[in-house]
Amino acid sequence: MADHTLDAKGLNCPLPILKARKALKEVPDNGTLEIIATDPGAVADFEAFCRQTGNELLEHSEDDGIYTFLIKKTA
Amino acid sequence: MSAEEKSMSIIVTKGSLDWAYPPFILATTAAAMGLPVTMFFTFYGLPLLLKDLKLQVTAAGNPAMKLPMMGMHMGLPNLLTAIPGVDAGCSVMMKNLIKKKGVASIDELRDMAVEAEVRMIACQMTMDLFEYDKKDMIEGIDIGGAATYIECATQADINLFI
Repeated sequence: MADHTLDAKGLNCPLPILKARKALKEVPDNGTLEIIATDPGAVADFEAFCRQTGNELLEHSEDDGIYTFLIKKTA
Repeated sequence: MSAEEKSMSIIVTKGSLDWAYPPFILATTAAAMGLPVTMFFTFYGLPLLLKDLKLQVTAAGNPAMKLPMMGMHMGLPNLLTAIPGVDAGCSVMMKNLIKKKGVASIDELRDMAVEAEVRMIACQMTMDLFEYDKKDMIEGIDIGGAATYIECATQADINLFI
């Protein structure tokens, strides 16, 4: 579904953001990156990351401690 | 869409394992968010540029250091930190905790900073003072003095002293 998926489960700040930044480089313009994380801090962080970098956070959800984010590369 | 580009500089003055984290986390995250970052390593921060990092932490004089142990947060009385091996033991404990919780190591964060093109400057005066050799440091660093840092700072929007 997403162009790329990043498994950031078990990783703590700032790794989810840093790895997402790296993974986004492989995503084509207007493509999507799905990130799966267990760090609750990642929710606010990904919102801030997207606001700051101009990428779009399409959706985010949580299921039993697993957070999923879908980012569209619009920057 | 994205905010106008801000930049950041950080003066890194401490080099223990715990104090190495704030500058590297802030620098790498800022770089990941598109900010150009400069780190100026001086005094006890300079050893953070050594190829071979042997970072330690001590509970001495650090009443806020209480690590999770046996279901509680436990600190260590200052007197006990004077016993040989205790600091090394605390450092090992801290590193194990960091690994267990999926927190990046300083080596990893530093590699990411280099990869993100964070500019790292080693303080020339500190290198002379404590007799550090450039060949013992990681590749790609600049060397400069206070004026070099001040110039960076005048151009950066965010200047941090850590």
